[in-house]
Amino acid sequence: MRNKYSVFSLIKNALSYHENWQRAWKDPAPKKEYDAIIVGGGGHGLATAYYLAKKHNMNNIAVVEKGWIGGGNTGRNTTIIRSNYLWDASAGLYDHALKIWEGLSQELNYNVMFSQRGVMNLAHNLQDVRDLKRRTHANRLNGIDAVYLSTEEVKKFCPIINTSPDIRYPVLGGTLQRRAGTARHDAVAWGYARGADAMGVDIIQNCEVKGIKRNGDSVEGIETTKGFIKTKKVGVVAAGHTSVIANMAGLRLPLESKPLQALVSEPVKPIIDTVVMSNAVHAYVSQSDKGELVIGAGTDDYVSYTQKGSHQIVEGTLNAILELYPIFSRMRMLRQWGGIVDICPDASPILSKTSIKGLYFNCGWGTGGFKATPGSGDLFAHTIANDEPHKLNAAFNLNRFVSGDLVDEHGAAAVAH
Amino acid sequence: MFLINCPYCGERDQQEFKAGGEAHIERPKQPTELSDDEWAEYLFMRKNIKGVQFERWNHAHGCRKWFNMVRDTSNDEIKAIYKMGEKPPSQ
Repeated sequence: MRNKYSVFSLIKNALSYHENWQRAWKDPAPKKEYDAIIVGGGGHGLATAYYLAKKHNMNNIAVVEKGWIGGGNTGRNTTIIRSNYLWDASAGLYDHALKIWEGLSQELNYNVMFSQRGVMNLAHNLQDVRDLKRRTHANRLNGIDAVYLSTEEVKKFCPIINTSPDIRYPVLGGTLQRRAGTARHDAVAWGYARGADAMGVDIIQNCEVKGIKRNGDSVEGIETTKGFIKTKKVGVVAAGHTSVIANMAGLRLPLESKPLQALVSEPVKPIIDTVVMSNAVHAYVSQSDKGELVIGAGTDDYVSYTQKGSHQIVEGTLNAILELYPIFSRMRMLRQWGGIVDICPDASPILSKTSIKGLYFNCGWGTGGFKATPGSGDLFAHTIANDEPHKLNAAFNLNRFVSGDLVDEHGAAAVAH
Repeated sequence: MFLINCPYCGERDQQEFKAGGEAHIERPKQPTELSDDEWAEYLFMRKNIKGVQFERWNHAHGCRKWFNMVRDTSNDEIKAIYKMGEKPPSQ
């Protein structure tokens, strides 16, 4: 039985110096067989397991993770959540996630610190203005809140932005989604892990998948560093390492894995109370609750699994940040890191069945998967449990690369989505 | 970020170059006879190897010539560089 977190449990545990908190999840050894196994213990994988148990009554399942849960891209992103996508399929997918975010802390009994502080996207040239206006209209037709802002309104919403007309890329306007914002990324992984574990899901850490066993065209189980585990359904949610797992099953996917970087500054007093993204100059920034500026840089253009990234990418982003926010000129950066993101040719994800029965992939989220975590888990769980996609992820099948029915969000969406 | 030994210009900083993706993907000889599956395979499906990968690079801010590279994507170590049309070195 899982104890409920509340103000009373906080007081009770304070009296024993916080030494007697119940473990949030167990550390089980793998069983011989499961009804389904999720490969990858990041936010998406843990959410998938949580919804499989909660909505589809699949309790004899496991999540296997080669490191520790939430240690990959879940702990490396810039925590931005929004749903202002251009295409109908994307709008449906990401707004489904945003609606779950709005009640997630209550549902999980775990504070994911979801903060609807708004996300503003800036326009720096006439084409940006036209694109952003078009996107605003498309969003509103899909029932997603969006407004277009003039330069003066941008300045009013975020006064530290340099809106002078004589900068290299002047701010000509912007869009604002007020329901968008940020959340605490680690808490999302931990909250889903705790919730899944309470319903009987085995979360097996330090367990790397070494092979996928097939019998003809069906899955029979997985080889791991902790031995062979039998199962008829395997859901792969391995982000940048998806192709590595796919190769084990003899599949090729339309993915390329590249390093994406982010960095944070030293903590300072509150100065920016929203998220500002700029596509044209590639700069986006928000402020964490600790006070650090959280800055996202771009991807390198070559395939790499090094979790590092090149220096000039960071330099380019900081040049843009400094021109837009001269007030940050003396900020010092504390930490920089990279994560490996798997990018599809159309910059949209894949949540799909494959030609192998019982093998499912949830991948291709590229540079912006964090925002979709709850929706991705919910829809992928549906796909695995029913062996059929939900109508919201039907467009994100693997077959779109054969039919040509791509969901081309490259450029249509804002930067680093 | 690393140094690349351009076969035409010598050693230069990686930021002078543009990565061109997986190498040795042959353009279909009879495009009109290709099925949709074969087109998808040619256009979109990639090996995306963690380890030694063969790829194309372009010295975009230099001689602007294309060449091939063998690189370990798990540590960015370059194993070999050879010109277009040359036989790839065996692993």
